[in-house]
Amino acid sequence: MSTPPKVVVFGATSGMAQQTVRLLAASGAELVLVGRDPRKLAAVSADARVRGAGLAEPVAADLDEPSRFDELVAGAFGRLGSVDLVIVAQGLLGDSRGCDRDGALAARVLQTNFTAPVLLLERVAARMADQGSGTIVAIASVAGDRGRQSNYVYGAAKGGLATYLAGLRNRLFRSGIHVVTVKPGLVDTPMTADLPRRRPTVPPSAVAVAILRAVRRRADVVYVPGFWRPIMWMVRHVPERMFKRMRL
Amino acid sequence: MSDERFESWGRFPKAAPSRVVPVYWRSEVPFVRGAPPFLARGNGRSYGDSCLNGGGTLLTVRTLDRFIALDQERGLLTCEAGATLGEILDLVAPRGLFLPVVPGTQHVTVGGAIANDVHGKNHHRAGNFGAHVESLELLRSDGVRRTCSLAENPELFAATVGGLGLTGLILSATLRLRQLGPGVPQVRAATVALRGLDDFFSRAEEADAAHEFTVAWIDCLATGARLGRGLFTLGDWAAEGLPGARPRRRRLSVPVDLPVSPLNRLTVTAFNRLYYAGGRMASGQRLKHYESFFFPLDHVAHWNRIYGRDGPLQFQCALPRPAAPSAVRQLLGMVARHGEASFLAVLKTLGEVESPGMLSFPRQGVTLALDFANRGERTTRLFRELHETVAVHGGRLYPAKDAHMSGEHFRRQYAEVLPRFRAQVDPAFSSSFWRRVEG
Repeated sequence: MSTPPKVVVFGATSGMAQQTVRLLAASGAELVLVGRDPRKLAAVSADARVRGAGLAEPVAADLDEPSRFDELVAGAFGRLGSVDLVIVAQGLLGDSRGCDRDGALAARVLQTNFTAPVLLLERVAARMADQGSGTIVAIASVAGDRGRQSNYVYGAAKGGLATYLAGLRNRLFRSGIHVVTVKPGLVDTPMTADLPRRRPTVPPSAVAVAILRAVRRRADVVYVPGFWRPIMWMVRHVPERMFKRMRL
Repeated sequence: MSDERFESWGRFPKAAPSRVVPVYWRSEVPFVRGAPPFLARGNGRSYGDSCLNGGGTLLTVRTLDRFIALDQERGLLTCEAGATLGEILDLVAPRGLFLPVVPGTQHVTVGGAIANDVHGKNHHRAGNFGAHVESLELLRSDGVRRTCSLAENPELFAATVGGLGLTGLILSATLRLRQLGPGVPQVRAATVALRGLDDFFSRAEEADAAHEFTVAWIDCLATGARLGRGLFTLGDWAAEGLPGARPRRRRLSVPVDLPVSPLNRLTVTAFNRLYYAGGRMASGQRLKHYESFFFPLDHVAHWNRIYGRDGPLQFQCALPRPAAPSAVRQLLGMVARHGEASFLAVLKTLGEVESPGMLSFPRQGVTLALDFANRGERTTRLFRELHETVAVHGGRLYPAKDAHMSGEHFRRQYAEVLPRFRAQVDPAFSSSFWRRVEG
């Protein structure tokens, strides 16, 4: 990406996406920014323009609604001509207690974090395969590495997404398309603003830096911060017979 | 329990909020997520309790840090209130634009710079930060957003500039920038030794007439005939900026609180002597990157930790020009008598450019700023004496730097504007400072 990259960002108003957009904008990138709330999108695209984006076009759309995905993806690719990078960053946190009590919340958590992104990525993958080049980044989570009682619906959705991304990476490898799975720990964003602050958080700007580094280096799976990789390796390897007794 | 994230830069007094509500979007109404009294908090760089809201809701706005529009030709920048001056300069300085007024740190937010109506080394020419605010967007607790400027809601505008955050939540502002030449701006700076206070007062007028930036560092431990000796820094924009990108300099950091402050009379005396001698020898002109000229302390992150858990305490007053020489002499003498040592003693003339802000601190005359490690009751006694002296000479104290001003002093020093100001205060907004002085 030596010339200013052409990028589509889904979930562009999320904390991590916004910081990534800033870095891309400063390099002159041409951006199509997709998100739900038009006022928030307007704020993000104006910021991108001031920072130097060659283009920062807001597209308001409900990313839980797959019936519009064909049109949305076709529109974004059409606007940019060719696309170097697609970032899928939408997410919805719902704790397990909330999901237990409220089936509708659980359904939304699964829809926003798994079903809808997968259906969206299918369209993106087809477009990119036609181009024969490009990179896809999607945000999963360390919560997807193993189910824990505190947030396993969210974790299952993110874990499912990570599994899907592994398959997609495998499938697109021969087409020259690269797929990056980003697994952040707790990031200081609007999504996590109401969680109690016990674990260390990282600013979303750190995730943005990690995303662009992963794209440059064509990394497959990145943990942010990096210390989560060995920790989650250990968490995944605790025998289930012990794990089920732990309060996590 | 006090959470270090929500202390003021002076770390005294401590006043924990009962709730902290981050504000992420201009389009949201954050009041539903907390209970009154509300207070916006930027980057927490004011010294006393004007950025604290003990028991109330802090609306933290560092997350409101987007740019909205930049008009390169007209030199107008619109941005959200939580953007810091440093973030703005990172954007505009390489484009040959600069903020017309900057304080001694670039780590303050636009909202904070407006609410405290900060000033800088060019007050004698440019006045306060607020004099360059074209307009601002204010969210009141009634949920209504109001655009405020000299033309629109002028009374609310005048109350909000320098209004210590009490008139509502500043969401965004449009600032008039200064156009400089191409390249990253640099300052042609010169240092001149001052032999004593009289030397400062006799040279100040001429220096202000000749230079864009003037400020004097005073060795406040020198006594007798040498009382008030120091170094006069004079600066002007260089015609040529630095070519290319702005260099990223290495940053130092004070990682932890120092249990005993290394700043005492002995060490400060030694430092001051060396600094003075060094400044005298190095006098002459040099080109300086704007960061090292305006924000030398920003290179050391968390420098306030050098002063320990409850410091540094700041003192800053503005004095009318006629009273200034004798008042400054008395104030410095008082510090010396108390055996205290101020590391950063700064004298600066304040010019006649009027600020639109009602409660703005600067008045034409001279300002003296001092800082001290907090030694408890001893320091409090010194502050009481300093404050009394300021009052006697018809001066005033700076709320942004203050943790000790009495309500009586505040009400007297700002008497002429307080009734007008109170009428614009948002009924659901308050601060620890406001409760202290309005009692």
